[in-house]
Amino acid sequence: MSKYLINKFLYTIDRDPELVERYRADPAGTVSWWEAEVAGRILNCPDPERSTWPELTDAERQALRAHDYVALLELGAHNFLVLTLFIALFERDYTEPLAFQREFAARLSHWTLPYPDIAT
Amino acid sequence: MATVAAVIASTHHPFYYRASTSRGADRPPFADEWVAKIESFRETLTRARPDILVMVGSDHFHQLWLDNMPQFLIGKAPFYDANFYNEEREFGLPRLLLRGHEELSAHLLRAGLDTGFDLAFSNELRVDHSITCPIITLRPEADLPIVPVYTNIFAPPLPRPARFVQLGQAIRAMIEAWPSDRRVAVIGTGHLSLELGGPRQFGPHGPDPEFDRKAVEWIATGDIAGALAEVSLDSLWAPGNATHGFMDFLLMMGVAGAGVRADYTDSLDLFHTMEAYFTWYPAGTDTP
Repeated sequence: MSKYLINKFLYTIDRDPELVERYRADPAGTVSWWEAEVAGRILNCPDPERSTWPELTDAERQALRAHDYVALLELGAHNFLVLTLFIALFERDYTEPLAFQREFAARLSHWTLPYPDIAT
Repeated sequence: MATVAAVIASTHHPFYYRASTSRGADRPPFADEWVAKIESFRETLTRARPDILVMVGSDHFHQLWLDNMPQFLIGKAPFYDANFYNEEREFGLPRLLLRGHEELSAHLLRAGLDTGFDLAFSNELRVDHSITCPIITLRPEADLPIVPVYTNIFAPPLPRPARFVQLGQAIRAMIEAWPSDRRVAVIGTGHLSLELGGPRQFGPHGPDPEFDRKAVEWIATGDIAGALAEVSLDSLWAPGNATHGFMDFLLMMGVAGAGVRADYTDSLDLFHTMEAYFTWYPAGTDTP
């Protein structure tokens, strides 16, 4: 499990307006680029001092490439990171206020407590 | 010694700024009532005549990240820039610049280390809406120096609820031991029942009105023992998956003191979550 790395993807995309648009327009390409360039970057270290080991699992990579927020949450991604980024990606496609957020909730209606573990 | 002029505990609703400043068709139907309640709440801080604000909140994965996550952190900087791009994007929040109060920050860090709280510190901290929401609601002039106190209610493993109470009690004692004639208000924001990124999010009211009713009673009456008897890290998932923010209310109950009834209590049932507002005057108030 590399929940941490899914969260790192969501976090580094969400804080950069250009990357939000790039991930919306080209999810598969953005994930491939991110795995090559960003996955190993320690955010407070110079670029040469990279981590050598972080790697998404196939299921995680597929969920990110498919914009599949239900799958990401069920893999243990942090609920706040998923919600915030996906509002930025898709709320604009809905005309009614909060319509995306309510559809998001409805797609999780099969969940019962306890929810997937988000501890990293 | 310094005076704790007011203790204020509040929810922080990032949509307040947009709701309160929108006009015409964009203005939601609940905005006028919400603004009236906030203006009344704001007066409870104004009448305390504070010189410094100690602001308790929680970073929402903005500056603090999982590669280096503190449980409790105090800012010690001359200034704090505030709010982030994704808060402008989602909530329309403005960028702010707040002054710091390094002397009180240094005192809290030293006294904390000497009394059992190994507090992390930051000399360059950009604060987020957990601190700017109460600035906007309670002190929109943003004219007083602040000391930010960040808690981890967000990235497990979290400190347990009793630890939040203990930190609140320690903050109260440390401020009252600070050799200064300043009047300090301690303001902390958290949540009642709340769901984010789950099936109960954005409903017509908070996900667990019964928890909210009990929580408001615990806070208003200072019932720390009652709250701690029912609340645990495990139990807080049940009212909603973001309800661990209630632990910042527990911290503020620790600041206010066990069994001390709030001097001011108000609430507002909104879509998505219940708003709740509490003020204590530990040193009394000299205005009616």
